[in-house]
Amino acid sequence: MSFTGADWWALFAHFLAMSMLAIGGAVAVAPEIHRYVVEQRGWIDDSQFSAAIALAQASPGPNLLFVPVIGYAVAGLGGAAVALLGMLIPSTTLALAATRWAGKRREQRGVRAFVAGMAPITIGLLLTTGGLLVQPLVRLPAAWLLIAATVALSLKTRLSAAWLIGAGAAAGALGWV
Amino acid sequence: MNSPGSPGELLRVFSALALQGFGGVLPVAQRELVERRQWLTREQFAETLSVGQVLPGANVVNMALMIGDRFFGWRGAFAALAGLLALPLVIVMTLATLYARWASEPLVAGALRGMGAVAAGLIIAMAFKLLPTLARNPLGRGLCALALLATLAVVGGLRWPMAYAVLGIGGATVLAAWWRLGTGR
Repeated sequence: MSFTGADWWALFAHFLAMSMLAIGGAVAVAPEIHRYVVEQRGWIDDSQFSAAIALAQASPGPNLLFVPVIGYAVAGLGGAAVALLGMLIPSTTLALAATRWAGKRREQRGVRAFVAGMAPITIGLLLTTGGLLVQPLVRLPAAWLLIAATVALSLKTRLSAAWLIGAGAAAGALGWV
Repeated sequence: MNSPGSPGELLRVFSALALQGFGGVLPVAQRELVERRQWLTREQFAETLSVGQVLPGANVVNMALMIGDRFFGWRGAFAALAGLLALPLVIVMTLATLYARWASEPLVAGALRGMGAVAAGLIIAMAFKLLPTLARNPLGRGLCALALLATLAVVGGLRWPMAYAVLGIGGATVLAAWWRLGTGR
């Protein structure tokens, strides 16, 4: 597949838009990135999309880093750079511009209404992202077990996510999932 | 209270805390910046976080920008951001290139399938951990549940573009919250 100038721009523009929509964090816009990059454009497939999120969760640092991994799968290192810059530029600029403004007004009705109103939407989007990652695994009973165990362990214990990801990788490599 | 000596120190400290943050940097940031280094009080940290949540973008990225900005203006903001992202980016891109090369190996494909299942579980658990915060939401439990399920149905089920869901459902819930906050509930 050849990646044209228009495709580069489309990739960049998509992540610029995602940056502004990502109220509730980068993982909340994962369903929209999936809809565009996998379903609409067909640049990558489901397994590459899931792998990008899994690799970012397996690495230390902000989980926003699944964005350059998706960019890399789409168009190599240039794609990674374009996706990450697109995801960072608008929100970073806004954060620097708005910090003092919002800091002074955080007790005001408008700001509180915004935070309260967006809270249930963010949780809905996180569950959608989780569902998206479950989809390629629905026919695998062992995967359901692994997902349920992960949910239970991260709710009930303070076990580091690194151990859980490691256990998942081992279970998968051994052919259990 | 202490403060960082230079943007370089911000860069080092944010690199160190990013490298310790598996599945979320925020808890590590709170421990390191508030409890160990005492650059911020607990209240300042919470305030920074709540402003970061209003703004689009990753919460921890916004927080790093704001904390950096507080001490050294835009130079501090970029030092903190660079610290937060640089080394984790090298690590994740190394993993991505290795994966791209070996993706067809059954062992690697299996490992990634297992990691994908765990990643799904971690994100679902993150959502479950946030659920109790809705109990204090001025919208009330019923409206919160309705908005959450509507988002799930529209974005997850119908696969509509997220902007419609966020602007449509989000617009309605923000207005409802505005109204409820005004009536003194």
